[in-house]
Amino acid sequence: MAVRFLPPLLMLLAAVAAYFLFPYNLAFLTRIVIMVVLVLSLDLVLGFAGIATLGQAAMYGAGAYAAGLFAIHVWADPVAGLVAGALAGAVLAALSGAVLMRTQGLTLIMLTIAVAQICAEIANRARGVTGGADGLRGIRPGKVLGVWEFDFIGITGYWYALAVMLLVFAVLAILGRSPFGLSLRGIHESPARMEAIGVSVYRRRLAAYTLGGGIAGIAGALTAQITQLVSLETFSFSLSAEALIMLILGGTGRLYGAVLGTVIFMAVHHVAAANDPFNWLFVIGALVLAVVFFLPAGIAHLPTSLKRLSKGGRHAGS
Amino acid sequence: MADKVLELKNVTAGYGPTHVLRGITLSVAPGERLAVIGRNGAGKTTLLSTIMGLTRMHGGSVHYGGREIDRLAPYRRNALGLGLVPQTRDIFPSLTVEENLLSCLRGDASLEEAYALFPRLKERRKNGGTQLSGGEQQMLSIARTLMTRPDVLLLDEPLEGLAPVICEQLMAVFEELAKDGSRAVVLVEQHAEAALAFATRAALMANGAIVHEGPAEALRRDAELLHRHVGVAMSA
Repeated sequence: MAVRFLPPLLMLLAAVAAYFLFPYNLAFLTRIVIMVVLVLSLDLVLGFAGIATLGQAAMYGAGAYAAGLFAIHVWADPVAGLVAGALAGAVLAALSGAVLMRTQGLTLIMLTIAVAQICAEIANRARGVTGGADGLRGIRPGKVLGVWEFDFIGITGYWYALAVMLLVFAVLAILGRSPFGLSLRGIHESPARMEAIGVSVYRRRLAAYTLGGGIAGIAGALTAQITQLVSLETFSFSLSAEALIMLILGGTGRLYGAVLGTVIFMAVHHVAAANDPFNWLFVIGALVLAVVFFLPAGIAHLPTSLKRLSKGGRHAGS
Repeated sequence: MADKVLELKNVTAGYGPTHVLRGITLSVAPGERLAVIGRNGAGKTTLLSTIMGLTRMHGGSVHYGGREIDRLAPYRRNALGLGLVPQTRDIFPSLTVEENLLSCLRGDASLEEAYALFPRLKERRKNGGTQLSGGEQQMLSIARTLMTRPDVLLLDEPLEGLAPVICEQLMAVFEELAKDGSRAVVLVEQHAEAALAFATRAALMANGAIVHEGPAEALRRDAELLHRHVGVAMSA
């Protein structure tokens, strides 16, 4: 039992340590935490349910704009804004998923990209509402739970994002062990078998996609509230693709992989881009290649692979 | 319709445009034990897959509880009361024994029931799906289907490739499952002797058609017929 609580405890300790070790980098740390939420949503969709997508940014962007508009026009309360973001992400995922979940493979991937591009174009055209290419400005979120005000150093933002991330992580960890989560993994491995033992593959995939959309919406809402700006970039293809690379780096279907992959990708990106603003992608590419070759199951699989290697296994990643 | 829970009328089916089953008419009564025997390639697996909705039907109809179910998706057929244990077992490899069972948990079904039927699974409940022996995988596959509470259990060659002692254990379990008469069991087998000893009625398949149907005991004694269609001689 103690072993089960060790990884989440380590995660919390690392987050607290990062706060004290890098007090002048809180904005960057907060960005990592928000990105973890987005990658966790992708892990539910891709890692658990096996839905291949390159358009998770669609729901992220929808959540960001929804939370921003909600704060400006309705209510500045951040938690209510999170709910608005989650709803926007979930509704978009449910509507698009109703069609997308009937497709598979390359068709599915292309359609997910198309949905994100359509969303970006709508946001671009609806200048009066979204601010178009200038972005949505004037978001002034209220105090978190009526107590903590957002400060310019980013202390409140960091702890607020961290709390939301841990909550999302806990919900997904519980969900992963529930019959629903297990059936998603079953669908990933053998959809025909799951269907024959009484599970509607389409409905389960749609439910997972909708839930994943809601979580991506929460990530978008966090960005809108903390940076107080929403740009068209929130719908960008590169965001979806980077989230996918982070997940593959860390390892799919295990939640910790999403956390680890995001932290490593963003830290390497940060350092490499600071040292060489032109060739930093080379470092990221080399990192991805190394992981895919030596740890095909992701960095989160490293302890298991090392254990297997020490027992004389031939291939660490297999 | 209470005398027939499952009924196939002149069913023609196969994979894609290929016809494997040719004009199958067959019925199963509630609580009945039916054996379907035949050689490799006779269409036995396709028959069960067609009942479950996993193949393409070209003609005829399938009825469950008096209702036509031709157009129902497999999961809806399962919800009505059909449960298939596939020949390939299809254990989810990344899930443990317990997780495999939980993945399709429904209603008032419980893990304890499954473990009472197969104590071996309880011992191995934390093991991964790929770490099981063939017999254990078969037990898990049967237990997993039972978690969906089927009224008609379709078993596709459950004894294939298993040691004789495991086969005996499984046959004892099938006896237990069919004992109270609340659940019909359709046992598809190449092991004619074991299947006919278990069943009350039997159907003999060859080339995608049913070539004989009647009481299992009578077929068991008809060595000539069995030899012609299954290629085995009965020991008793």
